[in-house]
Amino acid sequence: MQGRIHSLESFGTVDGPGTRFVVFVQGCPMRCAYCHNPDTWDMNGGTMMEPSYIIEQYERNSPFYEHGGGLTVTGGEPLMQIDFLIDLFTLAKEKDIHTCIDTSGIAFNPESDTQQEKLDRLMKLTDLVMLDIKHIDPEKHKDLTGQPNKNILKFAEYLNEKKVDMWIRHVVVPGITDDDKYLFDLGYYIGQFENLKALDVLPYHTMGEKKYQSLGMEYRLKGVPPMDQKKLLEKKQVILEGIKKRRAQI
Amino acid sequence: MRAEWTDFVTGKWDKEINVRDFIQRNYHPYDGDESFLAGPTQNTKDLWAQVLDLQKKEREAGGVLDMDTKVVSTITSHGPGYLDKSKETIVGFQTDKPFKRSLQPYGGIRMAEKACADNGYEVDPEISEFFTVHRKTHNAGCFDAYNQEMRACRSSHIITGLPDAYGRGRIIGDYRRVALYGIDRLIEDKQAQKDSTGRVMTDDVIRLREEISEQMTALKLMKEMAASYGCDISKPAANVKEAIQWTYFGYLCAVKEQNGAAMSLGRTSTFLDCYAERDLKNGTFTEEQIQEFVDHFIMKLRCIKFARTPEYNQIFAGDPVWVTESLGGVGVDGRPMVTKMSFRYLNTLTNLGPSPEPNLTVLWSTRLPENWKRYCAKMSIQTSSIQYENDDLMRVVHGDDYGIACCVSSMVIGKEMQFFGARANVAKCLLYALNGGVDEVTKKQVGPKYRPVTGDVLDYDDVYSKFMDMLEWQADVYVNTLNIIHYMHDKYCYERAEMALHDRDVKRYFATGVAGLSIVADSLSAIKYAKVEPIRDEDGIIVDFKTTGDFPKYGNDDDRVDEIAQDVVHKFMTAVRRHHTYRNGIPTTSILTITSNVTYGKATGNTPDGRKKGQPFAPGANPMHGRDTHGAVASLSSVSKLPFNDAQDGISNTFTIIPGALGKEDKVFAGDIELDLNK
Repeated sequence: MQGRIHSLESFGTVDGPGTRFVVFVQGCPMRCAYCHNPDTWDMNGGTMMEPSYIIEQYERNSPFYEHGGGLTVTGGEPLMQIDFLIDLFTLAKEKDIHTCIDTSGIAFNPESDTQQEKLDRLMKLTDLVMLDIKHIDPEKHKDLTGQPNKNILKFAEYLNEKKVDMWIRHVVVPGITDDDKYLFDLGYYIGQFENLKALDVLPYHTMGEKKYQSLGMEYRLKGVPPMDQKKLLEKKQVILEGIKKRRAQI
Repeated sequence: MRAEWTDFVTGKWDKEINVRDFIQRNYHPYDGDESFLAGPTQNTKDLWAQVLDLQKKEREAGGVLDMDTKVVSTITSHGPGYLDKSKETIVGFQTDKPFKRSLQPYGGIRMAEKACADNGYEVDPEISEFFTVHRKTHNAGCFDAYNQEMRACRSSHIITGLPDAYGRGRIIGDYRRVALYGIDRLIEDKQAQKDSTGRVMTDDVIRLREEISEQMTALKLMKEMAASYGCDISKPAANVKEAIQWTYFGYLCAVKEQNGAAMSLGRTSTFLDCYAERDLKNGTFTEEQIQEFVDHFIMKLRCIKFARTPEYNQIFAGDPVWVTESLGGVGVDGRPMVTKMSFRYLNTLTNLGPSPEPNLTVLWSTRLPENWKRYCAKMSIQTSSIQYENDDLMRVVHGDDYGIACCVSSMVIGKEMQFFGARANVAKCLLYALNGGVDEVTKKQVGPKYRPVTGDVLDYDDVYSKFMDMLEWQADVYVNTLNIIHYMHDKYCYERAEMALHDRDVKRYFATGVAGLSIVADSLSAIKYAKVEPIRDEDGIIVDFKTTGDFPKYGNDDDRVDEIAQDVVHKFMTAVRRHHTYRNGIPTTSILTITSNVTYGKATGNTPDGRKKGQPFAPGANPMHGRDTHGAVASLSSVSKLPFNDAQDGISNTFTIIPGALGKEDKVFAGDIELDLNK
């Protein structure tokens, strides 16, 4: 099945381990205030591509990705195109390519059996999921992204059950997602998972703002300063404290 | 066996001049990490503070602190100069004091005068008169022989940056020979060379005999110069300190006599490590002392200066010397040539701080030791001062004792040299093809009066065929101009010090170069895959283009356009190869306009790819700025498809990336992202 693709990046170094070939899919139901790829939201845009074409592009330069790198699908929201992902990763696994999905988890729907069956199949083909938890608090999550976080948190539990390696990503935005209480809670929540392999705390930056301008869209975080690098490490520490506390209790 | 060579493994090298044999038998590969390295000594810190202070004063003075206007620089023209004699372990400046630029008129008296005048100095009128009336320069020789067409091409910049008014550079003496053999042995060898020339006095034999005599004179002067610093280099170096000093003296003689477009050092570190290992083993010196010698050596290399004009600095974007030193690589027997000395050289970037000179160049192979790779990556992140080149590619052609001149020109040390040839502007050549040899900027008929393109839409086959014809003409006038230049350079500005440290029969590469490759590739792609309508001025000359539709752009790993780029390189080289070259030089070409791309852009009109008149070219073989939209690997992949066989003088790609895009933090970059709860 074809995928709806925003763009391909041949030199990804911040989307998973090693040097990676990164597929940006088109279409996302989330409307995160700080999203720096608003051009990937539209469910109808992008270019249709065959999985075999993407694997071909990957293989042209596979020596770059062979040593600890691989293939990452991000977006947009990859799990909105689960049939395409299954086809793409089936091909990737035939070639022994390390596979990674960077997702918000928003498409996770435990009530749908067909959806679950597909997800089970996909997870057998997936080496790593990077789950981006935007906010641990349900209300604040909704304010920030326009969507509830209930199923997102359940998705983490699901991944743990399926023993799929997981990185948790979290963007720290000054004044919005930098409250120590919630950071600690986030850490405490994810501390329970044995499949948690890394914590990737990202600083909010303002490089996306220009895209909003050129797309003629309103930028909700106008005036919010970028996150200070030093402070970021302190915030990361708060999350780590949460993880430690939970682990000590287990 | 000489006393200085005690403990070294003997071989061919002690019977003949053969530095490579010495290295191969005596070097110790090192696969450990950087933990053995020593920091700067107090003396190093003091001396470096002095240099920084001089640099500051030089900037404040507008770029030049002092110039010699009276004494023509030769190997022995100036007495010894020091920063602080009591603290320097490695000594020697180009003139009698640091930061004083020497007067070198042999390349061209007008250039020397202008370099002085533009910086507020005046060359002694007697010297100006001498080099105008009594002694001809390289520059005067070139213009005596140029024809009208060559002059027109030169002033319209379709061939550009030609070394006809300044030193060509790009010749690397085997400065290690001074250390390993001492000057007396080298003079003996040169005498034997002279005695071995043919007996029939043809032009070639006469020139060779005269050149060898010049070389022997240079060697004698080297001894004198070193003696003024209290060093006897008639004998081999006896320890690592002397080996560094002797090697540096060899290089210093070269830069005292040649203000060349690139004055590179060669491949010295692994050679010197043979001495360092012996001294460490015998307890002659400690690691800290050896690092101090290296720091002082590198400090001296950072102080090499030349008198240059603002125009020259514009072509080369600054005031570069290109003291390129090649590090690492792998030997033909498979042993990595990384030694502790390779680490010590890079460690100077920590001890003295980052610097573009000397141009530390790592010869990269997939088979280099992991610790060395990690150290290089770490130092690159910290200092942005390291250049990388593909050893796996070049070793096939040059073996394991080659070095890099300037940024990418490879040659076997002491056995091969290059005639530097600047470059041909192929983007402009494409415009000449469209306009039947009329220059799009000056509107003058510069090229041959071929038929221009007609019609309202450019037809690919028609343009391609006309471009091939024009390329043939361009190569013709270009190679012939270079033939004159190198003839005159040999005659009036011969590099006796560098050539004294070469074998008798050297292999000469006849270097050419192209600028504007990515523009030509994208322009031809636009003509082939989109619709390009030429816009003519009132005289019917095409001065602009209207392009409708999209087209594949070089830099995205797209064979449709990448193959055009490969083809243009191949066709250009084929055209160059058809010509006679001076002294039977072996033609090569390069795609490496790292800094002059801005200047070339200024002289070139609108191009069919959408680039506007005056806009810079992409540097070297880079894709045009902003047109590579699929990330670095795809971009590099397009570049890497260019045929090295046709561009053996080097293909460069300038790669800039914000550190954050290379990984999140040093640790993550090194692959260590596992959750660590102990912190």
